[in-house]
Amino acid sequence: MGKATVIPFGPQHPVLPEPLHLDLVVEDERVIEVIPQIGFIHRGLEKLVEKRDIHQFIYVAERICGICSFGHSLGYAETVEDLMGVEVPKRAQYLRVIWHELSRIHSHLLWMGLGADAFGFEALFMHCWRLRERILDIFEATTGGRVILSAVNIGGVNRDIEDSELYAIVDKLEGIRGEYHEICNAFVNDYSVASRLVGVGYLSQEEAEALCMVGPFARASNVAYDCRMLGRGGYGDLENFQPILSDEGDCYARVKVRAAEVEQSIDIIKELVSKIPHDGIGEKSKLTPADGAMASNVLEQPRGECYYFARGNGTKNLDRMRMRTPTSQNLAGMVKALEGCELADVPNIILTIDPCISCCER
Amino acid sequence: MSSVSKSPWVIHYDGSSCNGCDIEVLAALTPLYDVERFGIINTGNPKHADIFLVTGSVNEQNISVIKEIYDQMVEPKVVVACGVCACSGGIFHDCYNVIGGVDKAIPVDVYAPGCAVRPEAIIDAVVQGIGILEEKSAALAAAKKKGA
Ligand code: SF4
Repeated sequence: MGKATVIPFGPQHPVLPEPLHLDLVVEDERVIEVIPQIGFIHRGLEKLVEKRDIHQFIYVAERICGICSFGHSLGYAETVEDLMGVEVPKRAQYLRVIWHELSRIHSHLLWMGLGADAFGFEALFMHCWRLRERILDIFEATTGGRVILSAVNIGGVNRDIEDSELYAIVDKLEGIRGEYHEICNAFVNDYSVASRLVGVGYLSQEEAEALCMVGPFARASNVAYDCRMLGRGGYGDLENFQPILSDEGDCYARVKVRAAEVEQSIDIIKELVSKIPHDGIGEKSKLTPADGAMASNVLEQPRGECYYFARGNGTKNLDRMRMRTPTSQNLAGMVKALEGCELADVPNIILTIDPCISCCER
Repeated sequence: MSSVSKSPWVIHYDGSSCNGCDIEVLAALTPLYDVERFGIINTGNPKHADIFLVTGSVNEQNISVIKEIYDQMVEPKVVVACGVCACSGGIFHDCYNVIGGVDKAIPVDVYAPGCAVRPEAIIDAVVQGIGILEEKSAALAAAKKKGA
């Protein structure tokens, strides 16, 4: 055994699109301890609720993170609707779920691309991102934005998607599904991918539960938890929803879980489009939250459970808004999975938890 | 020097952005927009880079990192601020931890606005940056001649 050395990793590092700093304590080629340091993207936006009213804050909320921007505006809107007891029409709820699932597809494809880049398969990275642009085209056609959509308001959604357009989206997704299978084939059946990922960064079910892991990271360690099971909004009307699990707990399992979730999302959209009601898209609520009213909410983001808490103070501003995002939960598991790994596997393990640092630090 | 300006390499750093602009910077590099066909390559090494793409605003924690990357880049170099956050602080301008746009830390040559900035706007800004790069390298060469 050699002497322990500390290798700084990040905040600016080729494999990381985002700034995260790790001190890796290594002995020879083996990582024995990992000390994360965060805070490079902290903006302090929870405190902005004091300056922006509840309707303006929705635009701040969706800029918590550009990848799951729709999810954050949705989670925030649902929480404030609970706070004020606002009823949202069914059609608006369905549309929200459709956009949210489209975001999940785009987020997972984005991640699969970055993951491929981390293990050095650049052609696969390019193909994932090429396919992802087709989802962004749907966003652009339905909301006008590519990554920041601004489609939700408190009480409903800003824009309707006409039925004919919804069917066209389903057709498009079916087309994407074919191409997606080809990409998945490379991930799931290519031995070179498997040789980089199988058995790397193992996290057992007990560890995942003890560290409160969430999202695909936890589901790859066989933790059967997915907030969509709770059936809020449009999810409640799904015939049958089962979280996708794997009991292998390594990087490869995380890839497989996410790969299957993309197809699951396509199925969800298809099912909801086939039974979407026509009861209007709701309108912006005129209420203000009561003094001392409190509400909380969980939402399954592409990266896992995100928790929202809001407290009113009788004015059009909120007294407190709090989010706990999936990555801040998952960092503990990442540190655990990194311990004992080889130095060359560090980028893969970091990427397979799908870190979203700007969510995490807000 | 024209060889440099015909295929500039870029380096990207995420200040305190929301990721929206980062994924658009990456989207500009991938097949639909594909700036690699112009010889523009994304590198992780500041010493190899000619153009510095910064997304997101400057805060207490990252100001030193941004300055450090800028200092490590060799002359001539161009800085492009991508997105309104990088231009001015944007929607977060009055958050307590946000100092302001990237120009609070390092000199910025081109501003590419938008929230999120569109890949087309990034490509435009980079093309504009190439012009500035050329001017800067001509100025450097002239100064060298004078010195010699
Ligand atoms: S300009 Fe908009 S999209 Fe870009 S980092 Fe800032 S908030 Fe996010």
